[in-house]
Amino acid sequence: MTKRERKTLTRIAASFVLLIAAVLLDLEGYWRLLSFLIPYAVIGWDVLYAAVRNILRGQVFDENFLMSIATVGAMATGEYPEGVAVMLFYQVGELFQSYAVGKSRKSISELMDIRPDYANVMRAGEVQTVDPDEVAVGEVILIRPGERIPLDGRVIDGSTTVNNAALTGESLPADINSGDTVISGAINLSGVIQVEVQCTFGESTVSKILELVERAASRKAKAEAFITRFARYYTPVVVICAVLLALVPPLLLGLEWHTWFYRALVFLVVSCPCALVISVPLSFFGGIGGASRHGILVKGANYLEALAATKTVVFDKTGTLTEGKFHVAALNPAEGTREQLLEYAAYAECYSNHPISLSVKAEYGKELDTGRVSETEELAGRGIRAVVDGKVIHAGNTKLMDSIGVVWSQADTAGTMIHVAVDGVYQGSIVIADRIKSDAAEAIGRLRKAGVERIVMLTGDRAAVGKEVGAELGLDEVCAELLPADKVTAVERLLGAKSPKSTLTFVGDGINDAPVLTRADVGVAMGAMGSDAAIEAADIVLMDDKLSNLADAMAISKKTLGIVRQNIVFALGIKAAVLILAAAGWANMWLAVFADVGVSVIAILNAMRALNVPKHNS
Amino acid sequence: MKKTFKLQDLDCANCAAKMEAGVKKINGVSDATISFLTQKLTIEADDARFEEIMDEAVKVCRKVEPDCVILR
Repeated sequence: MTKRERKTLTRIAASFVLLIAAVLLDLEGYWRLLSFLIPYAVIGWDVLYAAVRNILRGQVFDENFLMSIATVGAMATGEYPEGVAVMLFYQVGELFQSYAVGKSRKSISELMDIRPDYANVMRAGEVQTVDPDEVAVGEVILIRPGERIPLDGRVIDGSTTVNNAALTGESLPADINSGDTVISGAINLSGVIQVEVQCTFGESTVSKILELVERAASRKAKAEAFITRFARYYTPVVVICAVLLALVPPLLLGLEWHTWFYRALVFLVVSCPCALVISVPLSFFGGIGGASRHGILVKGANYLEALAATKTVVFDKTGTLTEGKFHVAALNPAEGTREQLLEYAAYAECYSNHPISLSVKAEYGKELDTGRVSETEELAGRGIRAVVDGKVIHAGNTKLMDSIGVVWSQADTAGTMIHVAVDGVYQGSIVIADRIKSDAAEAIGRLRKAGVERIVMLTGDRAAVGKEVGAELGLDEVCAELLPADKVTAVERLLGAKSPKSTLTFVGDGINDAPVLTRADVGVAMGAMGSDAAIEAADIVLMDDKLSNLADAMAISKKTLGIVRQNIVFALGIKAAVLILAAAGWANMWLAVFADVGVSVIAILNAMRALNVPKHNS
Repeated sequence: MKKTFKLQDLDCANCAAKMEAGVKKINGVSDATISFLTQKLTIEADDARFEEIMDEAVKVCRKVEPDCVILR
């Protein structure tokens, strides 16, 4: 509780005692007014002061002003205890609201607090404890068990296990040995390690994540924009209604002034839209906070909202639905030996980091003498052209073979094929196979249950491979043999085909699909820990590469949106009901105070549920 | 230029919304958001007139909630 809140609490207690005293004393005439004015002044002076001050600044529909009119009005009609009590309850409500918001804000920021406080840097043979900001690239830091890893780097001495839970949501500790990289924000569990720092604190993973989450709050959801717009009209409309209610029936119908004036005052008490204005962004904030604890980084409330409306999910195949770890499944030489075919392919791909190239190089096993390679050129979506020992090698798909006029033959093994030609002579093909992720089928089932109607897979791979994966996972559509640019076209076609209210979510590994990530309504990058490009391009970042995280993200978004809707309906419903009852004369100020602050408090408590990530039964 | 400022003693969500609307209307501001929860103002405005625009933003916020201070 802040100092300010404590002060309010003291005032509430004092005013309450004075109010009881005034009721018990039950004085007559001016003494009676005075005895109620004292508790009123104690509890309401700041509201009255703010009201006067804001009115002078031209803020007509200010909640302080409205509360002041309502309570002063009540006093003026002789309802002294009610006037004081309404102000008292208003303050109790405000206090509770401020406390609850402060508390939730704190618990959410604690949840996201993965900021390391210090780094133990080795300088001139001794260990100094400094701010992580002050450590330069190339310096060596010491991390003891139990400490948070302050900067990204490579382990040069020692081995340990680290807990990446704060980053990826994965609670299983990872083994780290000398030579491995460690990511800032993770917690060192068992051993002492020395780490060579690879980037400054500002560029480290932990800073990037924190910045991203901080910025998320400024991207507002449509529901929030709607509520803010609604609030702008709601208060003036209710106040105008109150004025009409006070004037019209007595003037035109000759009804009693006192009754209608009182009903108008009840209107004023309900006119503050704060419950709504606060609970909607709080729910989104909670949802984003809860998600980040599970390694799901959402860049803005708008994306959480859009994700919940997903009816079409488009997956990239490699590294997303499949493990992206290839191995050579078969060698089909047309000329020469198997070893020779493999050697040609390995040298042609020696500079490529594509997963397929890596698997070929891994299968080749021997050290590559790059001096033999004089020229390499990547042909996007087709393969590689390289000059090795003066021979021109083409390694790639059938399109590449066709384009250089080489006749190729098809093998029966399922998988990705690399055809190899040397100086225009076909040498044979290498079959590379990839495995579907073990949790893919379950995750797709959960997506369908969450209301996804259409699941599409895009791949640059051959149609046969795509079809096989598609059939195994029960996908609705498979688009194969796509160049990077074709993927954008395919997503644009799907965007045109879906209903305008639903969302298309694209899920990729963020390496080659940045244009598609940006083009889709919601772009999700998986396995992004440590990959800046993916974090940059995506709207939602899954730190881990587990597909179940996508289903979790979906569940979180649905739950959050559900809470937002409940709060909007609940708060508007109660307020509308009280307004109708008040106009009919069935509601008094007590009920109105409940409709104002009580509803705020309930909505805030409900919003806090968004922090808890829904469990699923697997 | 896009900059973020901390807001102190911002304690009414509706006021935050009003401030945001007010700051957006300032000439030269291309976008502005106020997050009540993180208590932060993010403002995107003309580089050349940034200080001038910020002075204006402070005035707008003070008009809505006199207690609230933009930490610059």
